[in-house]
Amino acid sequence: MRVQTADFEVGAEIAGLAAGRTDIGAVVSFTGRMRADNEGKAIAGMTLEHYPGMTESELARVEAEAQARWPLQASLIVHRVGALKPGDNIVLVITASRHRQAAFSAAEFLMDYLKTSAPFWKKEIDADGRAAWVEARASDGEAADRWQLPSAAEG
Amino acid sequence: MRVKLMYFAWVREKTGKAEEEVDLPAGVATVAELIEWLKARGPEYAEAFRRAEVIRAAIDRTHVRPGAGIAGASEIAFFPPVTGG
Repeated sequence: MRVQTADFEVGAEIAGLAAGRTDIGAVVSFTGRMRADNEGKAIAGMTLEHYPGMTESELARVEAEAQARWPLQASLIVHRVGALKPGDNIVLVITASRHRQAAFSAAEFLMDYLKTSAPFWKKEIDADGRAAWVEARASDGEAADRWQLPSAAEG
Repeated sequence: MRVKLMYFAWVREKTGKAEEEVDLPAGVATVAELIEWLKARGPEYAEAFRRAEVIRAAIDRTHVRPGAGIAGASEIAFFPPVTGG
């Protein structure tokens, strides 16, 4: 997992993860990008703040959880922080497995979990230069909840 | 008990600081009690923690609930619900 201000290149990251491996039959990648609008408003830019130290431990925790749930050969999370503009990459999740189903499911799980547990906060700047913190969406919590195991429901 | 407090996003903006070291009185035993104690420290804290029910906390970089005990903690962070991804 990496947290960085710099951009990432999806193809290069996939190539790096799969290099020299002949046990990987499926690679799934998800890229989150910044849109120029949110809830009907034009957005000119955004700043991503995080909690150094906790961010890395939370991302490692969700990655370990995915590894425990699905037979993954490899996985990678890259999340950007700092100033971003519309069209920029924000987050990359790559999962690799022998067969496609584990890679598809684990990629979705990683995104749902990191959105509700990794300590990142987005501040948007609109076309008039006004800044506002993005509010968490209930639908993100519901998306993460559907992965909850029955034994963890009260946790 | 001496502990490092950290604030993020709008909690940081409202308290006016990213982190601070505080000496806690013995009666402050849980995260919820710590929030109540902080609210009494000044108007900026009262404002930052006014909507205490939406604020999340972490003890030593692990998410915790308001009822969590703080004994032995070295770093306690307060922040809004996360919005990454």
